[in-house]
Amino acid sequence: MTEYQPGDIQPGSDATPLSRREARKAEAEALKNSASPTEQSAETPDEPAQTGLLAFETITAADDSVPAAGEAASDRPSKKKSRAAKAAEQPPVRRTLATKVVGVFGELLITAGVFVLLFLGWQLWWNSIVLTNEQASDASSLADDWKLPAVTGTTPTPTPTTTGAAAAPVNYGEPAVMGAPSAGNNFAILYVPRFGADFKRTIAEGVDPQTVLNKGGAGHYEDTQMPGEVGNFAVAAHRDGWGSAFIKINELQIGDPIYVETQDGWYTYRYRDTEYVTPYGVGVIDPVPQVEGATPVDRLITLTSCNPLYIASERIIAYGAFESWQPRSAGPPAEIASVVGSGN
Amino acid sequence: MYAALWRVLPGPVWLRIILLLILVAAVVYALAAWVFPWIDVLITPTQEVTVDR
Repeated sequence: MTEYQPGDIQPGSDATPLSRREARKAEAEALKNSASPTEQSAETPDEPAQTGLLAFETITAADDSVPAAGEAASDRPSKKKSRAAKAAEQPPVRRTLATKVVGVFGELLITAGVFVLLFLGWQLWWNSIVLTNEQASDASSLADDWKLPAVTGTTPTPTPTTTGAAAAPVNYGEPAVMGAPSAGNNFAILYVPRFGADFKRTIAEGVDPQTVLNKGGAGHYEDTQMPGEVGNFAVAAHRDGWGSAFIKINELQIGDPIYVETQDGWYTYRYRDTEYVTPYGVGVIDPVPQVEGATPVDRLITLTSCNPLYIASERIIAYGAFESWQPRSAGPPAEIASVVGSGN
Repeated sequence: MYAALWRVLPGPVWLRIILLLILVAAVVYALAAWVFPWIDVLITPTQEVTVDR
């Protein structure tokens, strides 16, 4: 917009201060001529399509004209004055309805992006941390509730000193089997060292997502057997999100212990094998898995979760076989002794 | 939108910043406590961990 006359300033020529000042004067003059139509058009932005361009031109016009006028009067002290003058004289950037709408739309888009990022952070990270912590404290307090009352006074207690129990497993006979709990009730605790040394989750009755599984623990298929019972003790839990209890279900190795604690004691299962089925593969929770109507002989545990991770078009099924049980008076299995209860 | 919010907030700049941070914290908490669980149940397949007929 500033119209330089050819030959006003030669690039590369060593112009003296005098000639430079003259050049500025000419520039200011040229600006006066060209600036007035520009400002006029900027003050009457009738065409909304050009608003952005006009606003830009208005700013540049102010930028150029003010120091040029100041420097024409005096060269040096004009700097500060011109800045203040610029602030005062610069016309505010005009916002038409169109620019406002575009601006709000842009802010909405940014907000939506932040919203999606927050959601992912919540789903993949925050929620699982919160639920895992809740599960740990829930399982601890449940185990504390079941603790036998401290032996008082005269009765001597032989149980804590039975060090031989670890070396040679004691046979406690037929495992105690509890009755069916009411739906949504936490009735057991699951310990799987392969999932993490301090892994413990509550097991509640039922596999309803809202009331059981989304609390981060495992849910017991209501029509399946109870821990220690002949047949199939089947539980489900989330694998990706909502606490991700079974995220490592594919890392189980044959013989890995799976401990279940109830008010009666501890049941030890050993991981046996894994199976992948469709979402409708209900045979896996039969008393004899995949053999409908057969009479069970073994005591099994079945863990079900989704597969593949984050897609869930299949189900991953891990089976374990019952090995032993020990009543509450015998204390917890050595491997999880430090994890049971609140650990003090 | 956000410029209007900034204008509506009272007090000097430092107070506005504190108020903004409190607002943001409240919004994020509300999202995590109610909105995100609701959306997750609606849109993600992670709900499906059980075998079913």
